Amino acid sequence: MTKPSWFNRLSILFGLAFLYLPIVVLVIYSFNGSKLVTVWGGFSTQWYATVLANPSIIEGAKVSFLVAAVSATAATILGTLAAVVMVRLRRFRGRALLNGMLLAPMVMPEVVMAVSMLLMFVTLGIDRGPLTITLAHTTFTLCFATVVLQSRLVELDPSLEEAARDLGCPPAKAFVSVALPNMVPALVSAWLLSFTLSLDDLVISSFTTGPGASTLPMKIYSQIKFGVTPEINAISTIILGTVVLGLVAAQLVSRRAEQRGKRRCLKQFETGDS
Amino acid sequence: MRTAATPSSKTSWGRRILIAIPYAWLLVLFLAPFALVAGISLSTVRLGMPPFEPLTAWDGSILNLRLNFENFLYVLTDDTYLLAYLTSLKIAAISTAAMLFIAYPLAYGIASCSPSSRSLLVFLVIVPFWSSMLIRVYSWMSILRNDGLLNALLLKIGLIGEPLRILNTETAIYIGIVYTYLPFMVLPIYSNLSSADRTLIEAARDLGCARISAFWRVTFPLSLPGVLAGCALVFIPVVGEFVIPDLLGGADTQMIGRAIWLEFFNNRDWPMAAAVTIVLLALLVVPIVYFQSRQAHTRT
Repeated sequence: MTKPSWFNRLSILFGLAFLYLPIVVLVIYSFNGSKLVTVWGGFSTQWYATVLANPSIIEGAKVSFLVAAVSATAATILGTLAAVVMVRLRRFRGRALLNGMLLAPMVMPEVVMAVSMLLMFVTLGIDRGPLTITLAHTTFTLCFATVVLQSRLVELDPSLEEAARDLGCPPAKAFVSVALPNMVPALVSAWLLSFTLSLDDLVISSFTTGPGASTLPMKIYSQIKFGVTPEINAISTIILGTVVLGLVAAQLVSRRAEQRGKRRCLKQFETGDS
Repeated sequence: MRTAATPSSKTSWGRRILIAIPYAWLLVLFLAPFALVAGISLSTVRLGMPPFEPLTAWDGSILNLRLNFENFLYVLTDDTYLLAYLTSLKIAAISTAAMLFIAYPLAYGIASCSPSSRSLLVFLVIVPFWSSMLIRVYSWMSILRNDGLLNALLLKIGLIGEPLRILNTETAIYIGIVYTYLPFMVLPIYSNLSSADRTLIEAARDLGCARISAFWRVTFPLSLPGVLAGCALVFIPVVGEFVIPDLLGGADTQMIGRAIWLEFFNNRDWPMAAAVTIVLLALLVVPIVYFQSRQAHTRT
């Protein structure tokens, strides 16, 4: 296409303003000195102090981070296996079903998945709590992790691994030592995506938890039901800040890994060994 | 065959285990639970834990199977549930259409930029998708309230004499849905537009096609797969949406996701909640299968 026209610029500007204005407003008002949401009472960080002194919020954050870290790790490992199965093993019985089970959670309404997984846990007789939330989160983030890893694995040249196998390397070892290092950026973004999706989830956690274990979104939700308070703005800003920092860090990591990969290739090319 | 089998049977075992692990996980935690939901939807509510009667019972040496279809009869004949299903489908359809109007120009605009600014703009579209949905819905609560920022602004300009009631109305639900799901609509359309064959448009232009008609006759029809993917990605989850109607909507607008939530947590009627869920799934089966076949098609 030619240069972006004024119409294109305007639609980008409008679209991004729509996406970001509410977030900006939220962040600004978290520093509001007044308790009233619409009145500006001067700059203040008092709400952050209130949040950090609230043991219930801190407890919820602990549960959320633990659940998110464990389920993101499990989802990334399972997602890698699923991606390898879908990309490398082209033909096997039941491939269509596996593909369907990997895609469906992406569009399945959360309430539907939440109800079904809860009934599963009840039937299996597993005590509901952080463990069941983690299992449920692993399941619904798994498909997102797989999509990220699959698209990376498709790009990878399988001939390198084939060479390693021809030289007597067992397939699993060939994958771990040849393909996996080339997938580090995708692994990082799959893990981060799973982590943030888990950290953010309200519906599935609410259904699959038992008495006692509440995640941060569940605590925020029950506070929001009482109304808008600057304290929630402060919690929200902390969460948004963490997510944005994580995203920027992931971008930097993947860019650096890419550059390192390029440099290594160049070096090998120069010295003549491969 | 036998003699050469030693190494290949070893790899085929590895292969089987590799396939079995993700398969087993998803079977147990994703697919089998739906069968359970279907089963429990035919059960009867009771006090205790779990709060439903088992479907089978031994009476001496006789195995009794008791299937209670009353939940389904109730769901399919009761006005409040029917209305909730219809409202959910209507809200999902209208907000999907509204999103298309915002997302398409945005995706088109990004695709028309230089490659370097493209990746920055795509990153900017993705960031809100990664950040908490609950928080983003919450951010609209303080904007749309009667004493919120939007009303304060409109009053100051003098456009309105008294505050508009937007929060707790259907309008607020539409705003919330369009806002939170927008990235899901923009990204498939963008990826389709950015991989489109430019030479076709140039050819149309060279042959004297005006810019606007070149868009409607070449670019837009070619981008339809992206548009349909975006619509499916948005429409299906929105039908079952809970957070947005719960926080932004009013008591008079009941969406089905919220009905399931209330049935579960307030009424504690699990069999009824399961029946409502099964009917919702039945409504969504067609679009879900369509979405999957599309995805499978584009991937091979």
